[in-house]
This record gives sequence, C-alpha cells and structure tokens, in this order.
Amino acid sequence: MILLDVQHFTKQFYVHHLGRAIPSFYDLSFTLDEGQFLLVTGANGVGKSTLLRCLYRTYLPSSGSAIYHSQHGPIDLAHAADVDVMLLRREELGFVTQFLRPRPRVSALDLVAEPLLISGTPLDDARAAAEELLSDFGVRPELWAAYPSTFSGGEQQRVNLARALIAPRRLLLLDEPTASLDAAARASLTRRLAELKTLGVTMIGVFHYPQEIQALVDGEIVLQGEAILDVAN
Amino acid sequence: MAISKPLSALSNGRLETARLLHETPLLRAMALTKRYGRIAAVEDVSLEVYAGEVLGIVGESGSGKSTVLRLLNLEELPDAGEYQLDLPDYTDENLFELDRFARREVAALHIGMVYQNPHLGLRMRYTSSGNVAERLLMTGEREYAVLRQVARESLSASEFPLDRMDDPPRVLSGGMQQRVQLAKAIALRPRILLLDEPTTGLDVSVQAAVLDTLKRLQRDLRLAMILVSHDLGVIRTLADRVMVMRGGRVIEMGLTDQVLDDPQHAYTQQLVHAKL
Repeated sequence: MILLDVQHFTKQFYVHHLGRAIPSFYDLSFTLDEGQFLLVTGANGVGKSTLLRCLYRTYLPSSGSAIYHSQHGPIDLAHAADVDVMLLRREELGFVTQFLRPRPRVSALDLVAEPLLISGTPLDDARAAAEELLSDFGVRPELWAAYPSTFSGGEQQRVNLARALIAPRRLLLLDEPTASLDAAARASLTRRLAELKTLGVTMIGVFHYPQEIQALVDGEIVLQGEAILDVAN
Repeated sequence: MAISKPLSALSNGRLETARLLHETPLLRAMALTKRYGRIAAVEDVSLEVYAGEVLGIVGESGSGKSTVLRLLNLEELPDAGEYQLDLPDYTDENLFELDRFARREVAALHIGMVYQNPHLGLRMRYTSSGNVAERLLMTGEREYAVLRQVARESLSASEFPLDRMDDPPRVLSGGMQQRVQLAKAIALRPRILLLDEPTTGLDVSVQAAVLDTLKRLQRDLRLAMILVSHDLGVIRTLADRVMVMRGGRVIEMGLTDQVLDDPQHAYTQQLVHAKL
C-alpha cells in the first residue's frame, strides 16, 4: 500500500536581498510503500535535508505534490493547511534532526516525555517510557533530571533521539541522526530503527554512515543537483 | 449576527483550508480594521485560533500587534470587522456588536490577558491574592473561603510562592508580578489567554522560568493563546503558528518553524536574519 506519492517535487529558496532564487532539489518523483525504508543520498548541498524538511513542512515546497495517505485520509503535504500539518505532526509524522534545541529549565526526562504528554499520555506513563528510552540510548540516570543545555553534544543528541522516537509515528524523517554519536549509541539507534521497521513504521533517511543501516534499506534515491538519479529497489 | 465572510483571507493563497482537522476554531476574527485619526493601526487582519493552540504575533513597534490584542480582549472596538468565539451562549455572534455589559462579561469570563507592564493588569497596592480574587468578585462570588481558595489554586498553578500571596505586587520582582498577572488571568479558567510581551524586560533566567510555566499551563488547561512578542526565541519556544505584521497588515502567516526557517516575505527574511 502506498503511503507517500511524491510528484514533481521542487524546492528553491527565493532570497529577497539577493533578488534571486537558490535552487535545491528539482522535479523529484517517487513513491513509498508503507513500512519501507528509503535512503536519500547525494553530495553535500544537493538538497537531502531540504527534501526531508519540505515533507515535514519546515520548508514550504515551491511546486509539485506529496500525497501522504494519513489515517484521516489522503492529503498533499505541499499544500495542506498549517493546522492539518500540526495534526499530522502530533499523530503521525516524526522528524529526527541532528541538533537539539534544549529549552531552558526543562529536564532531559521531561523533554523526552513531552511528545507523549502532548498526545494525552498520563504523566507517570510518559516519564516511564522516557526513562526506558533514555537508558536505551545510554544516557546515564544521574543526568535525567538535569537540563540538557549543559550537556555535551553527543549527550544532547541522544536526548534528542529519545524525544524524536518516543511517540508512535507512521512516517519518520531521519536527518543524519547519527552525526555526532559514538559507535555504541549508533548501534542502539540502529537497533531501535530495526524494531520500528518490524512494527511497520515507514522511514526516509539521510545517513552519515549508510553502511550501518544498509540492512534496513528497501530503496534509495540519489540526488544530483538538477538531475535526479532514481535507483529505487 | 452570523458571520458569512469566506476565510480565503486567511490562507496565503497557496495552501488549502483545513481538511483533516474537523474542529471549529475557538476564536475567529475577520477583517479587523482600527484607525486612530487618519492612521490605520490595524488593517484587514483576519485570524483563527483553535483550542489548545498558540498563535504568535511578531512585528516591529507600531506594526499593530498590540492593537490586535486589545481588540480581541474587547477593550476597544474596531472600525470594521467581526469577532466570534465558539462559546455555548455566543456561537455565531459578532462580539463587537454586543452591548458593553455583555462585552465586559465575555471578556471577564472567557478571556485572560497578561500585559507587558504589570501596572496595566494589577493593582500594585492590593495583596497579590486580592488581585486574583478580584476576577471572581466580578462574577458575583462573595464567599471569602471560595475567593481565598481560588486565589491559592491560581497562584499555585502559575508557580507563585504561596508564602508571599498576601504581599502586594509593588514589593515583588518583575517575574513574580508576571506570575500574579498570569494567576489573575486564569482565575476563571478562560478558554483564551492573550499575552502582550509577557517576558520582555525580565532577566533571561526568569524569562525561561515564566515561559516554562506558560507552556505547562497551556498544555494542562488546553488553553488557546495569542502571544505578542518581538523576541523570536520566545515565539519559537511557545508558538505553534506565527503571524507576521507590518504597518497594520498581516504579511505572512505559517507554522512557526516554517516562518522562522523558510520565511517567504522580504520583510520576514529581514526580521529573521536580523536576529543575533
């Protein structure tokens, strides 16, 4: 069953003070079945992260469509109302970024538990799930009550992964989630992604070390500036 | 007075209207215009806010953002425009057309307001608990024990230290004064909270603590909030969606991360890149 149907998807950034558009990816088309893992590859600056952000609507796509078959019905992510995108982000779409934006005076545990609280999970259950995930990712218990703004880069990244992966999602967008992790944390992430895959979660990812998740990959798109090579399956 | 105007003014022309979310917006304002003499402070501003949602309004001084809040708080009437809240007794009613007693009642019961300047929201020489209880007096509550209990609960919800609940705001710090304002604003459990630069002028650490309280209250009470701030960090922390105003008009509206990370309008690009 098709979960995502992307057609002629294009993004360019119009920079007003330069008076010109800076192109990113162009005329990209692909489909993704439910439960599949799609790897996005290509040289630096070719628009891999931009593609993920356009699907999450952090960036506004310039043209084309991305029909996502949500549990509420099909919707074009390129043109969906903001409040519909908010609904999908609460329930179905997850984004795993490289960098955590820690909030002052919010503990690691509460930061991780927050997505569950927003979707209505009781506080105790949300905290229990957060503890489990934090320990999975190797964050030491003595740090759970501390504020991540004081953590090292690698520790912040683990907290961020736990936060991004705690709530059940149908489509996960993974933007170099392993960038600043050590080998042990990368291994626990790979295990977690494999687990999610067996649960039927669909994923699109950009990876710094693609060989580590190669076993999970069902297809690959190679972005090449203006021309896109599609080598799915 | 039914509101009949189409909502096309809300979309930026490219996006669809809501299809997945089957909810009526809690607040709906259509084509608000407010002039002071020949100056249009607010011109043709439309917005919608859903229950549990935070809408940020950004823009430089004089862009009309505080005027929008005063209109929505029913402190002033516009020269044109309609205002609707999805409340049992007022569905489909244009609130601007109610008489002033009814307007005052709607504002007191359903809308909470926090001002940047605590002098606008508080009586500085009354006790803090008395300031909060005053909201209940307006609804006719006279029983001391009830007033005291509600004041205590509201102050506690806004994380005000209860051992100081009988100190007057004038002897409190800026952060504490904002917590008293917040307690007063939520005393009657309104559906909507309007915040005008609520943390501007506070120390960074105090600001963070107040923001954290706001976030928790908003989630626990499922409040809809409209937050005016020139601080994009505050907006990013709290707002789900953002409306950018300039010269009384809305020039861009979108998801907070989209507006801040991929601003479309020349002015918004300048605003975002001006941030240190």
